[in-house]
Amino acid sequence: MSVNDTAAALPAATGGALPNGAPIPSALPLRFSAAALLWFAASGMTALWPDAPDAQEWERTGEFASLLLVAAGLLALAAPLSAILRPAPRGWLAATTAGLSASVPWLIALALGVIGWEILTAKLNLLPRPFFVPPQALLEVYLDDWPRLLDCFAASLRLLVTGYAVGSALGVVAGVAIGWSRAVGYWVHPVLRLIGPLPATAWLPIAFFAFPTSWSASVFLIALASGVPVTILTWSGVAGVNSAYYDIARTLGASQRFLVLKVAVPAAMPHVFVGLFMGLGASFAVLVVAEMLGVKSGVGWYLQWAQGWAAYGNMYAALLVMALVCSGLVTLLFHVRDHLLAWQKGMLKW
Amino acid sequence: MVALENTDTAGMTAGMTIDVQAVSHSFELHGAPLPVLDGVELRVEPGELVALLGPSGCGKSTLLRLIAGLEPPSHGRILADGRPIAGPDPSRVVVFQDPTLYPWRTVRDNAALGLEARGLLRSQGHRVDEALALVGLTGFEKAYPHQLSGGMAQRAALARALVNDPRLLVLDEPLGKLDSLTRLAMQSELVELWRRAGFTGLLVTHDIEEALFMATRVIVFSERPARIKADLPIDRPYPRHRGDPVLTELRHRILELLGLAETW
Repeated sequence: MSVNDTAAALPAATGGALPNGAPIPSALPLRFSAAALLWFAASGMTALWPDAPDAQEWERTGEFASLLLVAAGLLALAAPLSAILRPAPRGWLAATTAGLSASVPWLIALALGVIGWEILTAKLNLLPRPFFVPPQALLEVYLDDWPRLLDCFAASLRLLVTGYAVGSALGVVAGVAIGWSRAVGYWVHPVLRLIGPLPATAWLPIAFFAFPTSWSASVFLIALASGVPVTILTWSGVAGVNSAYYDIARTLGASQRFLVLKVAVPAAMPHVFVGLFMGLGASFAVLVVAEMLGVKSGVGWYLQWAQGWAAYGNMYAALLVMALVCSGLVTLLFHVRDHLLAWQKGMLKW
Repeated sequence: MVALENTDTAGMTAGMTIDVQAVSHSFELHGAPLPVLDGVELRVEPGELVALLGPSGCGKSTLLRLIAGLEPPSHGRILADGRPIAGPDPSRVVVFQDPTLYPWRTVRDNAALGLEARGLLRSQGHRVDEALALVGLTGFEKAYPHQLSGGMAQRAALARALVNDPRLLVLDEPLGKLDSLTRLAMQSELVELWRRAGFTGLLVTHDIEEALFMATRVIVFSERPARIKADLPIDRPYPRHRGDPVLTELRHRILELLGLAETW
């Protein structure tokens, strides 16, 4: 997008553009070195300190230590690199280093967290088992149980995407219809007011009984959970469109169809995206509940299954991936929004 | 009539005749009717640029909305070229006080709105660039409205109107929110545009000097409900000069009509 270039070229453009490459602070190599040192320490401690004698020996301890070693090595490499690149911060390598430099405090905190976690669980066995496991137990799950985990995530994503797509599409159509047509508003508004605030999970018993498969029931529940906020926000967006926009289009010969598709819908888009964001959050919640209670695959099912076997390592492993996937989906939605609503100024960055 | 000179300089668009016949109009306010127009009779000949002048809130803008076809009058009728106005039509285009550009469209896409709405964009897209050039916005096609200054936004709104080759251009205080320097410059530009294109113009304004500088005729309205108080032809050649003693004399008369003569 060249929006920023245009803005800079216009006399009326507001807000000074920030220079893209922030200057790299001079103490950076030192800070990278400190982070690298801590990661080396975490790796060495994991590998060399024997596990607590009164507990089982954890598998994959060696692999985990190697992983930490690789992280430490990369950070150690970044230290001299940042020193070399500092005079002329240009190119992707410098950009990566600059980005990494902002996260140095986090990298240090993470290393300390891993060390603490390792000591409290595997090394000293201070936390009650089996509820607490050391980090290598998560690695073990990723290395040994990845086919099942992958399968579950694929199943969940299929369900989520289907339900969310159906819900959002219907939500946008319903929202525009309520906002546009008095007759539709008359009939749909009271129903929406009654049913909207009901959590979608409350329908669970009926849905599993009414739909032929638990999968289709789950699609229905996710569509309901995401569709309601999308409907309400789209409706409020359409209802709030500046009436002068319609006057302009009408005097220029616009048809009803044009007024809806080219005026009402784009004008309501910022609201629609708020609805889509809320709907996405709601759909995550319903997905997990539906899978825990009915569907025989997916992350919800995996969590349930892991808990049943007291396999807490599997549970944490799945939760971690789930957090990454959910956050990734929200990020994706925000990217789409930023792309479609590039015309807005002062947008919230995710 | 002065305006008739325009037809030979431009002539691509023939101006429209507007005939306002005994129009009264009222709004519903808290359940009671609020009369805004009272027996307005007005005939505008093709190619005229008529200024409607009157106190704030007197109903001038309402008259424009009726002529644009955005609302039907409560009483009386309005004819465009002899035919009653039934609704909005792209031959009668309005430029409002707020540019009301669509913030999600670039300047070019905003200007293209009328052609797009009528499905003419593919065949007549070149007219968009011509209109943007006419208002001096070449080079800003890809800018978004929030990146424009007030004057530029109003030029873009003007381009959006002119693309449709209107036979009647309705200007509802188009310069009302601009700073005074931009305003003076755009008054001259608007007059230039009107003289070249040959459309009929209706200009609502509170600014007496603006009306006298631009219009072939000034209609003075009373307080609400608006009735026509005076119909003053301004028989001066273009380009006009703001210091013209004849205009100064007219200005005095208009102030008198508006009950503001003591400020002279």
